[in-house]
Amino acid sequence: MNQSVPSSSRLPLIRNWIVGILLIVLFGWSLSAMKFEGIQEYGAQVMASIWEGFTHPDWDYVYLPEGEDLLRGLLETLIISILGTFISAFLCIPFAFWASSNMSRFQAVSGSGKFVLTVIRVFPEIIMAILFIVAVGPGAFAGVLALGVHSIGMLAKLYSETIEAVDNGPREALISSGASKLQVLRFAVLPQVIPQFISYALYRFEINIRSATVLGLVGAGGIGVPLLFALSSRNWSRVGIILLGVVILVTIIDLISGWLRRRII
Amino acid sequence: MTPAPTPETAEVGAPPPPPSKKPAPTIDSKGPQRFKALFTWLAFIVVIVVCGIRVDADFVQLFSKNSMDNVGRIMNDLIRPDWSYTGRILPAMIETVQIAIAGTVIGSVLAVPVALLCAVNVMPKKIVTIPARIVLNLVRTIPDLLFAAVFVAVFGIGAFAGMLALVFFSFGLVAKLTYEAIEAIDPGPLEAMTASGANKIQLIVFGVIPQALPYFFSYVLYTFEVNVRAAAVLGFVGAGGIGLHLDQQLNSLRYDRASTIILLTLVIVLVIDYASTYLRRKLL
Amino acid sequence: MIEFKNVVKQYPNGTIGLNNINLTIGEGEFVVIVGLSGAGKSTLLRSVNRLHDISSGEIVVDGKSITKASGKQLRRIRRDIGMIFQSFNLVKRATVLRNVLSGRVGYHSTFSTMFGYFPKEDHDIALDALSRVNIREKAYSRADQLSGGQQQRVSIARALAQKPKVILADEPVASLDPLTTRQVMDDLQRINRELKITTIVNLHFIDLAREYATRIIGLRAGEVVFDGPVSEATDAKFAEIYGRPINEDELLAAEAAKGGVTV
Repeated sequence: MNQSVPSSSRLPLIRNWIVGILLIVLFGWSLSAMKFEGIQEYGAQVMASIWEGFTHPDWDYVYLPEGEDLLRGLLETLIISILGTFISAFLCIPFAFWASSNMSRFQAVSGSGKFVLTVIRVFPEIIMAILFIVAVGPGAFAGVLALGVHSIGMLAKLYSETIEAVDNGPREALISSGASKLQVLRFAVLPQVIPQFISYALYRFEINIRSATVLGLVGAGGIGVPLLFALSSRNWSRVGIILLGVVILVTIIDLISGWLRRRII
Repeated sequence: MTPAPTPETAEVGAPPPPPSKKPAPTIDSKGPQRFKALFTWLAFIVVIVVCGIRVDADFVQLFSKNSMDNVGRIMNDLIRPDWSYTGRILPAMIETVQIAIAGTVIGSVLAVPVALLCAVNVMPKKIVTIPARIVLNLVRTIPDLLFAAVFVAVFGIGAFAGMLALVFFSFGLVAKLTYEAIEAIDPGPLEAMTASGANKIQLIVFGVIPQALPYFFSYVLYTFEVNVRAAAVLGFVGAGGIGLHLDQQLNSLRYDRASTIILLTLVIVLVIDYASTYLRRKLL
Repeated sequence: MIEFKNVVKQYPNGTIGLNNINLTIGEGEFVVIVGLSGAGKSTLLRSVNRLHDISSGEIVVDGKSITKASGKQLRRIRRDIGMIFQSFNLVKRATVLRNVLSGRVGYHSTFSTMFGYFPKEDHDIALDALSRVNIREKAYSRADQLSGGQQQRVSIARALAQKPKVILADEPVASLDPLTTRQVMDDLQRINRELKITTIVNLHFIDLAREYATRIIGLRAGEVVFDGPVSEATDAKFAEIYGRPINEDELLAAEAAKGGVTV
């Protein structure tokens, strides 16, 4: 008894030390690749001008009568994320049923669906945006399509988890009342999953509004476009007001969406 | 005689009002409910249509011969990856993973004290938790690529800017997930320690950390997964990693090489996802 | 009305679920099926509307063979058979009325029901069905806000909305307390008498079976070991069906007494 206690409690300790040292080595190796030269080159004056820009945002940019201002940029960002979420919330439904293990008799069917969703998920939306720009030209529509397709990966996964968790009782009841397969789906499955679907779509909307702010960096519309101009021309006061606008927009959307989600569930 | 819908009773999905003693009014409430649902749908459709018009959503153009030809040409190149190119992008691929590791570790370490400040069961003073949470939420509103674009402008092109972007991003994500986990821990041990006269530091070290640590590591691994994906595109704004090459190849219309990069990234991401998911399952 | 002809059910692993069942259940009967759990009560009941398929033999409902039916034909026969479940099987987030209306889908084409719209007659039928089980005033409540007994009455109303000729009830009171058990059984009996709907109920309470049934069928290991009127179902007969003397927990009265002590 006395002999076994120390050895069994020391083993995980040794293992933890090895893991810890490995992690530190890994971290050190990673850090060694990051070159700090940037700071010395520009020095304090860049910092100062940035600070100056951020503390004195370009308020005039909020609204310009001739267009291309902050409000219109933010509105376009909002629209891109609304439409992108809307498209994916519907497109992902067939994918979700495909990937749900309780909707098909064979494991291979849902397994292949899950794999397709994983591939869509790891395909970054920025790359999707670039591909859609080639198809429909630069602009907000390309951004909408990029978000719409990319979001399918995550939304369909969440949807299929919801479908897998449905109570089978109502399905049984509908079948026994002589309902067809589609009617069973419509009256036993959908009423159970729709509120959860809407909640997940809103959650994805919160993510998409963030994504929509960066789509412009590759030319797919939204506030990212003027931000890129402001950054490359080192117009820090404009960068400041744009970032401020993004923070406010995203915060408001988070609050509204969170409130809606609490009401639905 | 039907009562007008009030916000309290007419909300979608809100629990219906308690049943009244007399059955009749309850049955009559059906009218406004149906009207409400119809109105919600109508408003929703109007919003979508207006949004569609504003971005010139043109599905005819999307499926037109011209754009389909463009997509077809790209696809044709994409399905024929240039494997000989693999060797030349490996260093950038490694750099991508390095950016993700460095960003995740630094961001996560910084997240620990802030997570403790945000958790009400560790820090019962609202004057501390509320500002800490506000700061956290503000940091979380900025996406990683936006951070990267700003840091590239400040510190110049390179991996360092990318790492900094991921530091901020990881900090926000890990701190939020961790403080929620801390708030969900079993209060029993904390009570017992307080009763035995432990001070705040002892409480954190012996009561909070042992319980929250597995969750913290799990969230760090999850954040690492997200960061690897993010690091792969940081190069589009000049913040180092494989994205820079991808951007170049796409700009010079070398879709066969772009395809190699995308596929290699997919493999790396999937391998890291599976390894990380396996580790997380062992942790919890 | 319902005929079982040489019905055999064998599970893929070789277990016999039903062994050569031959029964004829006439119109308007109130049949209670008793037996130990695992005796095949549920399998027998669910083979009537083919929620379970049988291995051989034939089941004929109202002159039509459900065993041979498929597709639309099968759904037409099922429409005439209402079913009540132990766990109610309601859509919990939907309103009571929506749940009852879902019993009407068999009367409409798939396409016309996809929008969730039901004609006024259907609403009247659904509300009438709710009145029959005395919970019309709950029509617009969400199902999960109702007590267990009320939910079971909603599921009876859903079955009634089908305008069925037969009602099958699979352990309808197993999740209910003794008081609501009686209310639900009373509802089933009243419906059986007033609407002349043939009713088949699985029960494990012996006293309840004697009180409500017009005919009792005893199952043991997939075989009919008793079939007769209530007057012949003596304690000795039950002991035979169960293969042992009657336990206290097979009597609702005993359960009620137990409940009374603990509450």
